[in-house]
Amino acid sequence: MSKKENRGRSQQPSRRQVLKYSAAAALATPFISRAWANTVEINMLAWYGHGEPDMVGAFEEANNVKFKPKYYAGGDNMLGLIAQSPPGTYDIILSDGEFVQQLNAAGYIEPLDAGDYPFDDMLYEDFTKFPGHWDGDTLYSMMLRFGHLGVSYNKNAISEEEAMSYSCFWKPEIKGKVGHFDWHLPSLGMMSLYNGNGAGLWDLDDAKWEKVQETTLSLRPQVGGFFDYGGTFNSLKNGEMQAMVGIGDWITGVLEKDGAPVASVVPKEGGIQWTESYCIGKGTEKADIVKKFIQYMLSPEGQVKSAQMAAYPGFCITKGGRALLNEVDPKEAKRTGQVDGMANDPITLIKEGRIHYRDIPVQQSLEDWNDFWSEYKNA
Amino acid sequence: MGTKETEKKKRGFETFAVVWRVPLIAWQTVFFLGPLLFMVAMSFFVVKNYRMREAFEFVSWAKMLGRHTFWDAYGYTLLLAVCSTVIVSLIAFPAAYALAFKTSATVRRWAIFLLVVPFFTSYLVRIFSWYVVLAESGPVNSVLGFFGLGPFTMLNTMFGTMVGYATLTLPLVVILQTVSLANIDNRFIEAAHNLGCGAFRTIHAVIVPMAKTGLVIAALFCFILSFGDFVSPYYLGGSKPPTLAILIIDTTKSGQQWPRAAVVAVMMMLTLFTVAFSSIWYAYRKRGSR
Repeated sequence: MSKKENRGRSQQPSRRQVLKYSAAAALATPFISRAWANTVEINMLAWYGHGEPDMVGAFEEANNVKFKPKYYAGGDNMLGLIAQSPPGTYDIILSDGEFVQQLNAAGYIEPLDAGDYPFDDMLYEDFTKFPGHWDGDTLYSMMLRFGHLGVSYNKNAISEEEAMSYSCFWKPEIKGKVGHFDWHLPSLGMMSLYNGNGAGLWDLDDAKWEKVQETTLSLRPQVGGFFDYGGTFNSLKNGEMQAMVGIGDWITGVLEKDGAPVASVVPKEGGIQWTESYCIGKGTEKADIVKKFIQYMLSPEGQVKSAQMAAYPGFCITKGGRALLNEVDPKEAKRTGQVDGMANDPITLIKEGRIHYRDIPVQQSLEDWNDFWSEYKNA
Repeated sequence: MGTKETEKKKRGFETFAVVWRVPLIAWQTVFFLGPLLFMVAMSFFVVKNYRMREAFEFVSWAKMLGRHTFWDAYGYTLLLAVCSTVIVSLIAFPAAYALAFKTSATVRRWAIFLLVVPFFTSYLVRIFSWYVVLAESGPVNSVLGFFGLGPFTMLNTMFGTMVGYATLTLPLVVILQTVSLANIDNRFIEAAHNLGCGAFRTIHAVIVPMAKTGLVIAALFCFILSFGDFVSPYYLGGSKPPTLAILIIDTTKSGQQWPRAAVVAVMMMLTLFTVAFSSIWYAYRKRGSR
């Protein structure tokens, strides 16, 4: 046999090698599958973006877990999804703050141990006893982040001064260019604020509710469309809509970072706060790892991830989170006013009484508001 | 051959035919009739605390049919679907005519293949592409601006919705019309010409009547797809005003009112059944029509 042939043959695996590797592969298989089997799946019910890698990737890697998110839009949509699922379907639920009470009343969530969470590090006193999150002394939901809704506008069509009042939505120059985020609660809440209902914006007697409907209907000729999450982004980005009712920095912030000439302000009539909170689903067998995840998201690192969330940003609720954000991303901290002493610091706005927590209607049912919303869209 | 043997053969043939029909019947029962009956039943259920409960109550029917919102959406949906059917059929006909009579069989085959190609891409993706194209800052308005025209608002309008419907239905309608026209015996057209018919009269008096069945079926498909579509009126029409498909989404999104959504769906099905049966009756009304 020539050297060349010998070399060629030595590069091919021998029968003994093939057997050896096959045996090794066969023996290793159970360990591989066991490693896979050990990955715990966490079923999450949340607004879009909360189960994406930028939010949960690092935690998944460090704890050998995998999040399986189911996304919803709107608190009543969330309640419906839970109501139609067997107990224990969702291990963790990200709820809008105003719907936590209903989750608790329906028995969909587990109580939490307040000692597990950093209540001594909260940026604002209210956040430690956030409405609806406690039942007596029992904690049911842990606030994660918040944001403010007001006037969202295209800077080329509306000046900042004009945007300081909801009346800019009626500006004749933007007829047909006013969009609505397609959810009745924030839009009608803003109309209620415009009517001067202030802190009582959700507690409307018949006369006030009638007036809110009138005001809303008067805006209808200005409206160019009703949009979901993607449509809201697109229509503001391509300039199709010059102002948007029912949103805030959670959408314009993403576009602004992308270079679009859009912004959001809290007008003089006041703004609405959206609040997102974590709950542990009733009947889950993964309460321990879910608790660990909530603790992680409330750590400074988790709070920064939330503030920088790719889908939509939210304000930090802890001092540690804000401090780290100022350190690692001062530009974003400044853009959103999350710097102590800034005039548009979200905490300052709350303290000044310009912000009202989003709630559900007090004297009407959600169904009444939704029925009117359908009529309004058809008007 | 004896009578017994003939009967035996006939029975054997029937069994053979029935066996071949079974998959279709089973499919229709499991995936169409079953869900349809469940949907009708669901329209009588009730929702309490976001949870649907079995019942036999007419509250959802009374609530939906008693609201002008429903009837407004119904009228608008019907209008959009009829407009889409007429416009798409008229746009498709010249193309189908050219493919059927003015091109070789090879070109026709290639054209039909190319008409199928759009279906390789998701309809939603195609609609979002229109979102860019039709925007005020998009390419269409840029070209028009070059000639000193516009900008025109095309998104969030009825025009936008029509563009979406055409994206969905036009290729299919062209294919169905082409196949239908290509089946016409050319000798009839030649005879019409020999008898002194001009091009338009030939189309009107010979081609359209002979291809009537295919043309009506094509229009029917266009109507059905447009009537039930959610994507175009929502994304290109801006949900302004809502169609029945959007009303279903709105109804379920808030309060999880599936029974009310079922009422809307049942009304849509009744409309489609009526239109489909009327169209088919019309298409096959005359003997000898194609």
